[in-house]
Amino acid sequence: MTELNSFKKGIADGIPICLGYLAVSFAFGISAVSGGFSVFEALLMSMANVTSAGQLAAVPIIASYGTFAELAVTQLVINLRYSLMSVSLSQKLGKSVSLADRFLISFVNTDEVFAVASAQRGTVGRKYLFGLILTPYVGWSVGTLAGAAAGNVLPAILISALGLAIYGMFVAIVVPDARRERAVALCAVFSAVLSCIFRYTPALSRIPSGFVIIICAVFASALFAAFCPIKTEESEEHDA
Amino acid sequence: MKFFDFLPYLIVCAGVTYLVRMLPMVLMRGKIKNRFILSFLHYIPYSVLTVMTVPAIFYSTSSPISAAAGFGAALVLAFMDKGLLKVAAISCGAALLAELIMNYVI
Repeated sequence: MTELNSFKKGIADGIPICLGYLAVSFAFGISAVSGGFSVFEALLMSMANVTSAGQLAAVPIIASYGTFAELAVTQLVINLRYSLMSVSLSQKLGKSVSLADRFLISFVNTDEVFAVASAQRGTVGRKYLFGLILTPYVGWSVGTLAGAAAGNVLPAILISALGLAIYGMFVAIVVPDARRERAVALCAVFSAVLSCIFRYTPALSRIPSGFVIIICAVFASALFAAFCPIKTEESEEHDA
Repeated sequence: MKFFDFLPYLIVCAGVTYLVRMLPMVLMRGKIKNRFILSFLHYIPYSVLTVMTVPAIFYSTSSPISAAAGFGAALVLAFMDKGLLKVAAISCGAALLAELIMNYVI
């Protein structure tokens, strides 16, 4: 398998993520400042965490001087899905990625970076990944700073529409592969149905969204792994 | 809030987040051979992204109607294999258009 290892290609692939992040982190900047953070603190939150849902959940806890345990557990629950993504991405890393690189790459292994890296054919190399994390990281930081410092300059209607950017990207990643591979399409539809069940069933809707993501994704993926296993080099040797 | 009150919170928050991401990537250095686990990891991106998108996308703008317009646009364009940026941008544009129509026309 070929290893994708171009820094320029990484930067280019990171641009759509960066633009989506500008919008989302802008919104985070606004809400952090209105929640009582200084502009500098909002920026530090974004530069040290690089999560959207996690940071948003942290603002009220920190602003109200909540306990460290409460903060830690909230972050663990909301962000545990990244463990799945890190395991998955660990299998996509090419030979050029050293152990030290892993410490850096995992720091910016966001939903979107993971999604784009996963969508590449073959393995991904260190230079490509450095490019792929650099543009989104800059976008995330700059957007937060702008939102925190000058949040109210954009009209509300524009901020509202920009809320779709990240989801639009997710759709753009899932749908083309779903079109090519029937099992992926079925898995996506099944995941969507599961997710809606958790959201709209009164007893289940109280489960924190971080857990819901993990439960639904693990269940759907395990089910499809059991009934629609992929072809591997070994399975072709033994099963044929 | 005072910066030195904020700092320990920042460290806890970022520390937990980083460990959750870093440990699996640093510990899982070998190639997995098990076919079930490989298949599981093959489906994970699609299931995770879909679970995060549906139904949350309908609440991502100020009205489920404009969100549905954006979602519809994204589905069509993604089906036609347009790139990430185009899909994301036009989907925002469709939502904006829907909101403008809802606010000023209807």
